[in-house]
Amino acid sequence: MNPTLVAARAGLSRGWIEFKQTLTTPRDLNAILITTGGFLTAMIWTRHTHVPGTHFSLGTTMLVSVLGLNVVVYGVVTMGDLLVVEREDGTLLRAKAIPNGMLGYLLGKVVNISGQIAFAVAITLLIGAFLFTGLAIGSPGSWLTLAWVLVLGLLATLPLGAVLGSLFPGQRSAALMVLLLGGLATISGIFYPITHLPAALQWTAQAFPVYWLGLGMRSALLPNAMATVEVGHSWRHLATFGVLSAWAVAGLVLAPAVLRRMARRESGSKVTARREKVMRGI
Amino acid sequence: MEDALKVRDLRMRYGKTDVLDGVSFAARRGEVLVLLGPNGAGKTTTIEILEGFRVRSAGEVSVLGTDPAHGGEAWRARTGVVLQSWRDHARWQVRELLAHLGRYYAPYSTAGVTRPWDVDDLLGTVGLTAHARQRVRNLSGGQRRRLDVAIGIVGRPEVLFLDEPTAGFDPEARRDFHDVVRRLTDREKTTILLTTHDLDEAERLADRILILAGGTIIADGSADELARSMSGQAEVRWSRDGQRFVRAADDATAFVRELFRQYGESVEDLEVRRASLEDTYMALVRQAERGAPGWLTAVAA
Repeated sequence: MNPTLVAARAGLSRGWIEFKQTLTTPRDLNAILITTGGFLTAMIWTRHTHVPGTHFSLGTTMLVSVLGLNVVVYGVVTMGDLLVVEREDGTLLRAKAIPNGMLGYLLGKVVNISGQIAFAVAITLLIGAFLFTGLAIGSPGSWLTLAWVLVLGLLATLPLGAVLGSLFPGQRSAALMVLLLGGLATISGIFYPITHLPAALQWTAQAFPVYWLGLGMRSALLPNAMATVEVGHSWRHLATFGVLSAWAVAGLVLAPAVLRRMARRESGSKVTARREKVMRGI
Repeated sequence: MEDALKVRDLRMRYGKTDVLDGVSFAARRGEVLVLLGPNGAGKTTTIEILEGFRVRSAGEVSVLGTDPAHGGEAWRARTGVVLQSWRDHARWQVRELLAHLGRYYAPYSTAGVTRPWDVDDLLGTVGLTAHARQRVRNLSGGQRRRLDVAIGIVGRPEVLFLDEPTAGFDPEARRDFHDVVRRLTDREKTTILLTTHDLDEAERLADRILILAGGTIIADGSADELARSMSGQAEVRWSRDGQRFVRAADDATAFVRELFRQYGESVEDLEVRRASLEDTYMALVRQAERGAPGWLTAVAA
């Protein structure tokens, strides 16, 4: 038996167990449902508004873009948050104390969060398909594009989340991720076409994965004619692939070193110190 | 046989303070070593260096023949660490968690040791069979700590590290824990290094006690040896004709012989008490704080 393989398999089942726990823990499930519900409400609100220069529903465009945003929310924020929390509560130290435990731990996280993303995307799409018109979900090409954007999105965001989670010292500073992502989402064409923003903001947005995941999703699930309101009047598949791949490569190169550095510093006395800090209510 | 633990001239320096200033000791396979010492003496630092969780400043350390700073996963599989749980894995069921963590050890089975420990047998050993399907967050404090021990030994380690394992235990939980440790050393021949503040615990469990103070080992021996080396004096109590007597004697045996020769059968309620581990410990630590005199090194040697 190859130990690495054994740990990888243990990690996969760990992720599946954690994912099931997420779906059966009211607090976690509510967090997913409330986020999804919030987005859906905003979409329904703008259902009859048109995307400027077209007769297409802004709500439908938002629905599709939010699928891309979901990937970033869960892949970066949830991943980073879980790492911070589980470093604090000693889960990570336990993983460190068993052979190949870190590998199993991380794979578990990847499976768990991918599951959460798939779940959030599925319910958004399912409800959206009933409430919204104009979705191009009839052709196999749509689903193929959706699939590669989703997979590439996971690769671009999960390692990034792991890096950020390793760098943030505690839960309060990790909340910064939510603020930053919120700001980024507003300029990334998720809620409104990016072409109506000042050029500087357009350029900023295009440096980050949020914009490209939204664009990728729109290219998959909106009619081709809608490409006219995008930058360069095109879906820019090649650029989408390029930028998301660049983020994926950067994350995958950086993550192992950063994670190792973070794990190396963990010890029983560190966890005890954090526990005492929390117990004292600081 | 090769020593399971070997530490020579271990040093740890934080900034300008030497927390460990030349610590040396060794443990044979199957031996239970208890590390005693006042707060801040470096007990936790020492154990974390041996666990491979902390990098030392200088000195030689070997655990199962390997330097913990470079111990790979195969080495990790032969060691166990009992960590104090807090709220990790709160949603997992007890049996589910043990079975999961055990899986990682399976490839490291040898002809002599089948890894991991059978989960149901392990649950029985630590007394958690009735709680197998309970979620970790619903366990009581004592049950949680038993789970901590179970997680530490699920890989059937050859060396087990425990840092203050019974802090916060009630007396019953403490006794249960001592039973588990004894079963481990009897059945599994596990080498154990544990730190504690509880002198009674040290006396019950230890084959050998190490006292760490001022960054060095100031005493090394069984509880008995330590008491004897520290003070030859014993306390003798008896009563005669309804009157109670207490005397300190350098040679208790000779004193009692003389007592009987003089008073014969009128001597009652005889008690001879050697200096307790607590007396010894307090005296040793106080001496060390004043600057260790030469004769203490004789105890350590």
